[in-house]
Amino acid sequence: MNRHPDGGGPRRGPLLALFCAALVLFNFPMLTVFDRDATVFGLPLLGVALFAIWAGLIGLLAWISERRPERRSGRRHRKDLS
Amino acid sequence: MVAAPVVLAISLGYLLLLFAVAAHGDRRGAQGRSVIGNPWVYALSWAVYSSAWTYFGSVGRAAAGGIWFLPVYLGPMLAMLLAWIVLRKMVRIAQTYRITSIADFIASRYGKSPLLAAAVTLITVVGILPYIALQVKAVSAGYDLLVHGADQPAPPRATWWQNGTLAVTLALAAFTIVFGTRHLDSAERHEGMVAAIAFESLVKLGAFLAVGVFVTWGMFDGPADIWARAQAFPELQSLLRLGGGEGAGAFGHTQWFAMTILSMFSVLLLPRQFQMMVVECVDERHIRRAAWVFSAYLLLINIFVLPLAIGGLVHFGPGGGMDPETFVLSLPMAEGATALALVAYIGGMSAATGMLIVETVAVSTMVCNDLVMPTLLRLPGFGARAGGDVTRLLLNIRRAAIVAVLLLGYAYYRIAGDAYALVSIGLISFAAVTQFAPALLGGIYWRGGTAAGALAGLLGGFAVWAYTLMLPSMAKSGWLPAGFLDGPFPLLAPEALLGMTGLDNLTHSLFWSLLVNVGLYVGLSLSRAPSAREATQALLFVDVFERGGGAAEPAPIFWRGRARLEDLVGLATRLLGPLRAQQLFQEHAAETGAASVEAITADARLVDRVERQLAGAVGSASARVLVASVVQEEPLGIADVIEILDEASQLRVYARALEEKSLSLEAATAELRAANEALKSLDHMKDDFMSSVTHELRTPLTSIRALTELMLDTPDMEEAQREEFLRIVVGESERLSRLVNQVLDMAKMESGHAEWRIADVDMRALVSDAVRLTAGMFDERGAQVLMDLPATVPVIRADPDRLTQVLLNLLTNAAKFVPQEGGRAEVVLRAGTGDLAVMVRDNGPGIPPDQRAAVFERFRQVGDAATRPPGTGLGLPISRRIVEHFGGEMWVETAPGGGACFAFRLPLDPEEGAGGGGKRWASRC
Amino acid sequence: MGIKVLIADDEPNIVVSLEFMLKREGYEVIVARDGNEALEAIRRERPNLVLLDGMMPGLSGFGVCEAVRADLSLGGTRILMLTAKGREADVARGVGAGADAYVIKPFSTRDLMQQVRDMLA
Repeated sequence: MNRHPDGGGPRRGPLLALFCAALVLFNFPMLTVFDRDATVFGLPLLGVALFAIWAGLIGLLAWISERRPERRSGRRHRKDLS
Repeated sequence: MVAAPVVLAISLGYLLLLFAVAAHGDRRGAQGRSVIGNPWVYALSWAVYSSAWTYFGSVGRAAAGGIWFLPVYLGPMLAMLLAWIVLRKMVRIAQTYRITSIADFIASRYGKSPLLAAAVTLITVVGILPYIALQVKAVSAGYDLLVHGADQPAPPRATWWQNGTLAVTLALAAFTIVFGTRHLDSAERHEGMVAAIAFESLVKLGAFLAVGVFVTWGMFDGPADIWARAQAFPELQSLLRLGGGEGAGAFGHTQWFAMTILSMFSVLLLPRQFQMMVVECVDERHIRRAAWVFSAYLLLINIFVLPLAIGGLVHFGPGGGMDPETFVLSLPMAEGATALALVAYIGGMSAATGMLIVETVAVSTMVCNDLVMPTLLRLPGFGARAGGDVTRLLLNIRRAAIVAVLLLGYAYYRIAGDAYALVSIGLISFAAVTQFAPALLGGIYWRGGTAAGALAGLLGGFAVWAYTLMLPSMAKSGWLPAGFLDGPFPLLAPEALLGMTGLDNLTHSLFWSLLVNVGLYVGLSLSRAPSAREATQALLFVDVFERGGGAAEPAPIFWRGRARLEDLVGLATRLLGPLRAQQLFQEHAAETGAASVEAITADARLVDRVERQLAGAVGSASARVLVASVVQEEPLGIADVIEILDEASQLRVYARALEEKSLSLEAATAELRAANEALKSLDHMKDDFMSSVTHELRTPLTSIRALTELMLDTPDMEEAQREEFLRIVVGESERLSRLVNQVLDMAKMESGHAEWRIADVDMRALVSDAVRLTAGMFDERGAQVLMDLPATVPVIRADPDRLTQVLLNLLTNAAKFVPQEGGRAEVVLRAGTGDLAVMVRDNGPGIPPDQRAAVFERFRQVGDAATRPPGTGLGLPISRRIVEHFGGEMWVETAPGGGACFAFRLPLDPEEGAGGGGKRWASRC
Repeated sequence: MGIKVLIADDEPNIVVSLEFMLKREGYEVIVARDGNEALEAIRRERPNLVLLDGMMPGLSGFGVCEAVRADLSLGGTRILMLTAKGREADVARGVGAGADAYVIKPFSTRDLMQQVRDMLA
């Protein structure tokens, strides 16, 4: 098992930043930005916005989680081995 | 409408399918080809979060409040963003120390406190029962709707034995017993159950999406069409605005925020979530992918909530008598799509059963380990030294607990089932488990938390929760007198404590309960230092990534005492069963290199290992009691803990030594090079010094030799001339001897061989004496000396002769530099807060700022050689050295009027050292 | 017109002894207290011989020596370096700078006088 605190996974910084961003995006007063009678493709803006933000966050989380961990020293080795 | 036997048959058929999936999972697990060992299944098992509450309740909530169904899913999204950080730590801790429930987790963190474990268990049971009832109700309501039709009110309730709900409940109990307590596993893992739950997650998602697609594109022409048609109803137009729907008026953003935070914690702290995420985790690396997959799952299962809610309202008409919570079933039924309605029913049932199974497994583990076991251990004849295999007993306790919890839930539903809407029950439970957050999260990030703080926080928070949320909801259902809501007096009104208004009851309760909880937790924790056991557990939890043990570095073991192998073997056999116990000791023998099980030394490592295994079976608090009862322990103090930690870190030191060796070699080389440079430069300085000394010695010698030779060779020299020459010779001889003395002085001081006679020094007297000694010099030059001395100054410890030397030097300098006429010098003594300062000012030419540093250099005489008075160039450097020897400092600046002001300060306490922040007197020059 | 000798030294007592010694021999004596003053006096007074102290504030004796040798119009000036620094390196430096002779302090007045006489002969 990987003993490194990061466990070879995503780094803490981007995750914490994303968390803070989500906290702001999902709450008052940010929500009032989308609170209007407009529609997108015939759908009410507020609902679409919330789901879009949500999907965006999932996308970012997936991207942060799934990209290869950057290892400054390890990258070349891996290439050599493959 | 569907015939009751058909619905029952399909329900039981579905349960049988679950049995098959679970059995398959268990079998594969036993063969070592686990089906759950990947992040996808792991993520699906987390989706047990979506219970019947999501399945039916979200649509109801959306129909009434628009986007208000969302915070319960946005909170988990927030939690998932931090899952890799927080959840992974929880998983690592739980797996390292074999923790099998949230009660065990908290109790273990705070010194394996049985009291804390019991408290968490009780809070869980009380808080979760309504939630279980809610699931039973959902299954039952779905059944009623299918059997009795959508447009007719449900008939009066049939007697309980005729009710299909009870049958389903009992079937569930059977399932849970089979797959939740098949064997006693020290890791408390249930492969089959996880596989079944993941399967259920797929079923409910599929069913919900199927209904969503059917309604959106079958009954309507896409989501835009639903919304367009909703515009015909004025009450629906503002549904998707912040202030719309139920909460028309101002948007309750505090409640929105509260619900987001509440569900953020709940997704980690609900017993079933803890079970699935932490206890059933196969590999912590799976969290990386599961976090976003689970988030995506939640998004998918919610995507049709709004179309279904609005579609249902449009179809049946707002206020059309149809309960929006049943739209998932009633919409297909209304269109005559009976098969789809059955699929939807199965989906709802899978949502409910999944939650029920995992929740009861988790709760039964807690009840068994943290309520029943500690009680049993107190019974005479059951203590740790009693014989007999108790594994079967443990399993039976859990089975009984499962049946009891499910039946209690069923009973709760029968009694209170119609009292609340689904959503409010769920939120009440969420608020209850949120009380675990301070103790749990504080426990894994803060070492200072203590058992007393955690217990008081939990109980206090729970009491406030009960008083402000649980009991008022009962009062509103008519079970308590309505007067309860007014409180014993107005300031204690349950929903407006201390007269607090402007918050909805959920936010109000959350605010007060968490305030009390955190306040007590932090306050009590800070008020008393943690005990040794609390401190060690805190260390093991908070630093789990550093100290958790592993191949690289063994974890510190905080145990000292004596144990006998037979006792430990006996204890393990009794609680783990002979097979597992034997396996345990064989593994230990192999790892420690013992020839056989009998040859194992019963050391701290073995005791720790046995205790961890027992903790997996009966919880860490009970395991602690059991182990303590068969071994002779030495109580550990904080000092012992530190010692053990030192031993552990010793190993770390050895491990790093190798890595550091090359670094230190490099450093040593650099150091040597630097030392060499320093030596070279010192050598160079010495040469310079020698060269300066010879130069300074040769100069007076030259005069003396030349003049004496001339006198010798010129017998007829005029008397006046001869006299002048002799005077010069005498003066140069004096200069020569002074120089020799000072060079010796300097050399002694630099080599550290100078003698210092330390005595109490009264600087007032010293300054007066020095002025008196130099009075003659000033008189000769027609200059006057003033003294400005305070009435008293503190006595300092120093060498009075040396200080006199300093003062004489400064005064002589001043006397040399004062102008021929109107010469004036002033000596000032001042006492600061921690030091004494002496300033000697003159009204001579002063020293230009760029030469101030140079005056303290050896043989540096500043000014024009022709006009400057004679000197050796060593007086000031020596003076400065003396002052620095006593921890003081010496400097020069411009006196008011342009003369020089030489000043030095001496600390009263030499230990304080130079520049110790004492008051700078320089500004007074 | 007598023979002019310039004494350039910053130590007043040494100047006193040199001045007495040279005057006793009947030379005309000029005194300079530092390097710049010495160079100025050389250009103005054109002394036949300069007794030059190596270590002086401002322009050092070596500097004066180099400046005199660089100035072709001062080609006839003889230079005798006096210095308290007796190390080989200083002698070499003095000779390198173009001094005609080199005497180490403290000096014997008789030897120095002989040297002066030889140089002015």
